[in-house]
Amino acid sequence: MVRLEGVGLRYGGADGPTVLHDLSFFVPAGGFRWLLGRSGAGKTSLLRLLTLAVRPSFGKLEVLGTAIERCRRAELPPLRRRIGVIFQDFRLLPHLSAFDNVALPVRLAGRPEGQVRADVEEMLRFVSLSRRSGARPAELSGGEQQRVAIARAVISRPRLLLADEPTGNLDDAQATRLMQLLVELNRLGTTVVVATHSQALVARYPGRALVLAEGRLVRDGSPEDFVADLQAEWSRA
Amino acid sequence: MARSASRSLRPARADDLGLRRALSDRLLPLLVAAMIFLAALALAGTVAATGLARHWRMGAARLVTVQVPDPQAAAPGGGARGDSVARLLAHAPGVESARMLAGAEVAALLAPWLGADAGALALRLPAVFEVRVRAEMPGAPQRAAGLDAQLSAGLDAAAPGTLVEHNGAWLVHLTGLAASLTACAALALLVVAFIAAAVVALATRAGLAARRDAIEIVHGLGAADSVIAGQFSARITGMTFRGSLLGLVVALPVVVGLAQLSAPFQAGSFDLASPEALLASLPPELWAALAMLPLVACVIGWGTAQVTVRRWLGRLP
Repeated sequence: MVRLEGVGLRYGGADGPTVLHDLSFFVPAGGFRWLLGRSGAGKTSLLRLLTLAVRPSFGKLEVLGTAIERCRRAELPPLRRRIGVIFQDFRLLPHLSAFDNVALPVRLAGRPEGQVRADVEEMLRFVSLSRRSGARPAELSGGEQQRVAIARAVISRPRLLLADEPTGNLDDAQATRLMQLLVELNRLGTTVVVATHSQALVARYPGRALVLAEGRLVRDGSPEDFVADLQAEWSRA
Repeated sequence: MARSASRSLRPARADDLGLRRALSDRLLPLLVAAMIFLAALALAGTVAATGLARHWRMGAARLVTVQVPDPQAAAPGGGARGDSVARLLAHAPGVESARMLAGAEVAALLAPWLGADAGALALRLPAVFEVRVRAEMPGAPQRAAGLDAQLSAGLDAAAPGTLVEHNGAWLVHLTGLAASLTACAALALLVVAFIAAAVVALATRAGLAARRDAIEIVHGLGAADSVIAGQFSARITGMTFRGSLLGLVVALPVVVGLAQLSAPFQAGSFDLASPEALLASLPPELWAALAMLPLVACVIGWGTAQVTVRRWLGRLP
């Protein structure tokens, strides 16, 4: 569950630029939201807020039942372990193998090593990287790195899954498999927020959408309601 | 495939942050070794100064010399002056023993000035008593000084013109010097510990800078500060321990050599013919202190790394 009430984000202290203004929306537990908007609209900043990489400069932010603006710093790590993130730039650890990158969240959660092995092997099989488990990120293609990042994000079965352009480096077949995985996780109760530029993806998997423009929430509803506006805006982008 | 399989067998406690590369395996242990070398010398200095001071207090400081001119002349209370002084010394409080030196011993003492035939010269030599005060440490020199005042009064009455000379007065200064040396050595130890902590802090900060991205990723995945700080501390402590052992191995021959040089001043003997003799060449408290050095260095390394990393992580949300 995610709830924002008048949330804003300013980088670099009181005099820094404000990148998010007065955001208010609610995503219930088990909900699905597309996060749409042109480049620079604030999608990545909003995802940074939701991944707890930054705290809101003002307003109230609640993630998985925890009020972020009030909670102590020590309460955040367990909360982060319940959130899965697929980053646009993958953010893999370059000195670790694909296996160890995927294993990282479950090791941090203290899962026994024997169980870690079984879970990681299953995840790598799912993203078709069983044969590349020992390869480091530099030895993998962009698509393979993205699949490792996806496996790492979902291996701990997070309660909230955030994805920033998750299909950007995948071919159609892999993108379809990923979306099927996200839909399945969502069906099992995971709250999912996916930022994307892909009209095709949104059209293929209909769901509620949040549309950002210049750091403000301009739409919150079904894409069918404002598809014409979106197409016009994206064609200008 | 074999290569892939071996990589995936990495244990859970493995180096998630890549600190084996980020924290140099060479420079820090060498710097720690240098610090341990200096600390070992400072410790040896502390123990040596303390030992010398103890030796002086226990030995020379307890000696008082009494000279009685004209020992055969009549004393005011009757009898010879020398006998009168001997009786007085035998019952004086605080005196453990008093012995009148034989004529040959007095002549030997005068030999540097009067030659080997001093005893045969037509000189009226004084009677010389070697008095040993009781060992009531600490403060034997001061007690000897107090005894000197009492004796001087008593002896002056028993045999006017009797001289009392004790070693306590200058030994007070020597003991003060030894205490100053001990304090300086302790200060040197503190400075070495501070520099060691600074070196570890700098190395840790270099590691943090080199692994900033990795730390932010692991932090974002839910790693607690204790997990990240623990990985740094484990790496730093391992390197500190190796450096400590190296420093100790280099310092030990130097310390033993210095002990060999100082042995005559402490009325000791030195023989390294056997391991037992080597063990006995240094005081037990110095062996214990040297053995503690790697442990102390590891504690400093671990603690400094923890503080440095946690302070750095405090900037992250």
